[in-house]
Amino acid sequence: MATPSLELKGASFTLSVLHIYSTDLDKFATELAAKVAQAPQFFVGAPLVVNLSAIESADLDIVAIRQVMQQHNLVLVGFTGANEALTRQIRTMGLAILKTGKAVVTPPPPHKETRILQQNIRSGQQIYAQNSDLIIFGNVGNGAEVIADGSIHIFGALRGKAMAGAKGNTQAVILARKLEAELVSVAGQYWLSENLAEHADSTSGCIRLDGDSLVFETLPL
Amino acid sequence: MAHIIVVTSGKGGVGKTTSSAAIATGLALKGHKTVVIDFDIGLRNLDLIMGCERRVVYDFVNVINGEANLNQALIKDKRCENLHILPASQTRDKDALTKEGVGKVLDDLADAGFEYIICDSPAGIETGAMMALYFADTAIVTTNPEVSSVRDSDRILGMLQSKSRRAEQNLEPIREYLLLTRYSPTRVKTGEMLSVGDVEEILAIKLLGVIPESQAVLKASNAGVPVILDKESDAGQAYEDTVSRLLGEELPLRFVTEEKKGFLKRIFGS
Repeated sequence: MATPSLELKGASFTLSVLHIYSTDLDKFATELAAKVAQAPQFFVGAPLVVNLSAIESADLDIVAIRQVMQQHNLVLVGFTGANEALTRQIRTMGLAILKTGKAVVTPPPPHKETRILQQNIRSGQQIYAQNSDLIIFGNVGNGAEVIADGSIHIFGALRGKAMAGAKGNTQAVILARKLEAELVSVAGQYWLSENLAEHADSTSGCIRLDGDSLVFETLPL
Repeated sequence: MAHIIVVTSGKGGVGKTTSSAAIATGLALKGHKTVVIDFDIGLRNLDLIMGCERRVVYDFVNVINGEANLNQALIKDKRCENLHILPASQTRDKDALTKEGVGKVLDDLADAGFEYIICDSPAGIETGAMMALYFADTAIVTTNPEVSSVRDSDRILGMLQSKSRRAEQNLEPIREYLLLTRYSPTRVKTGEMLSVGDVEEILAIKLLGVIPESQAVLKASNAGVPVILDKESDAGQAYEDTVSRLLGEELPLRFVTEEKKGFLKRIFGS
């Protein structure tokens, strides 16, 4: 069999989208000229998609829009978000109608079973509880790191680093029977041991976020 | 079945070799057929501490490489007939040790009827140290009462829990013991040194013994006689207690409180 001379493959491209908010073509022309003037090199031959989702009326001169763009050496790839009447107009001109890609919404990862460790976490060891809470029955030594996307509970001494809410969960907390940590962090806000010493007024406690800053709370034991 | 004990620490100069020599000698004196292996390839010291440096012909690496058999390399101790020494090679480096090679030698030693195999680990967490601890059933973590040594011991404990054969094969974990060496009750009292309690709290493993800082250790090393044979010395007695505890005896700690100086000593100095 001969090698085919063509092949269809899917690929996605990033294109700039020009949003048009008004049917006033003169205004459009001057504003576009001003935009292009800001960075002429960037716009030379730039492929553009025109978004018309803000236009409700049917009388917008698509041909004129194309002409204005051509004057600035912009390549009109097609339209998106046009209403029905405009869509018909665009189709007769032989231009493409592009569907807007839906904003990718990733569902939050499922919260997994709490990770429970009945051991001392030694210097140099790193524990990461992905998408879950972490409970440790033992000490976390100097130079050890415990990380969780949820909260961290340590029924022992925390002497190393503990990072809760690693993926940004601001509700996460760090609890320890003995807080002698090198570093504690909740959702990216952190305290070093010296900050901890300034704030913590007892040896056991809870670290959580209050707004943008960490707070220390004594455990009601 | 042979019981494999690694004497390890992470940090250098804390007394691993001194302790290996003393514990191996102690076990042999109690009638157990014991061999002590120097894993510090390239920086061998155990033969000096054991006083058999002039009798080294073949070494551990020779046996691994099949250049000598075990009987040719094992040195029989002159003071204690149950004790043998397998010296390290001074001319090679740690990469000469392979898991298969070390495993085979340990198996052969067990087949030869040794009850206890003491592995004297080099410092660090590289190949040599990993090979020494990989096959261990028991670990004696030698620690000095100061922060950097304690931190390194903690690191080694992590290694024991994750990088050993028992960890990899999900067997019963290695039995971990703390051996506190170079302990000086006077300096603990003045706050210059961590106390037994401090170290125990941080490392959270069973305490096997406390060896006091002692002139006898240096003297014994220079003479090539394991310090445990110096029965008059505090360090020697502390090692004797340690060996007894290793064998399951419950003994109270000695040499952990400051010695009260007698009236005459106070006047005339010690």
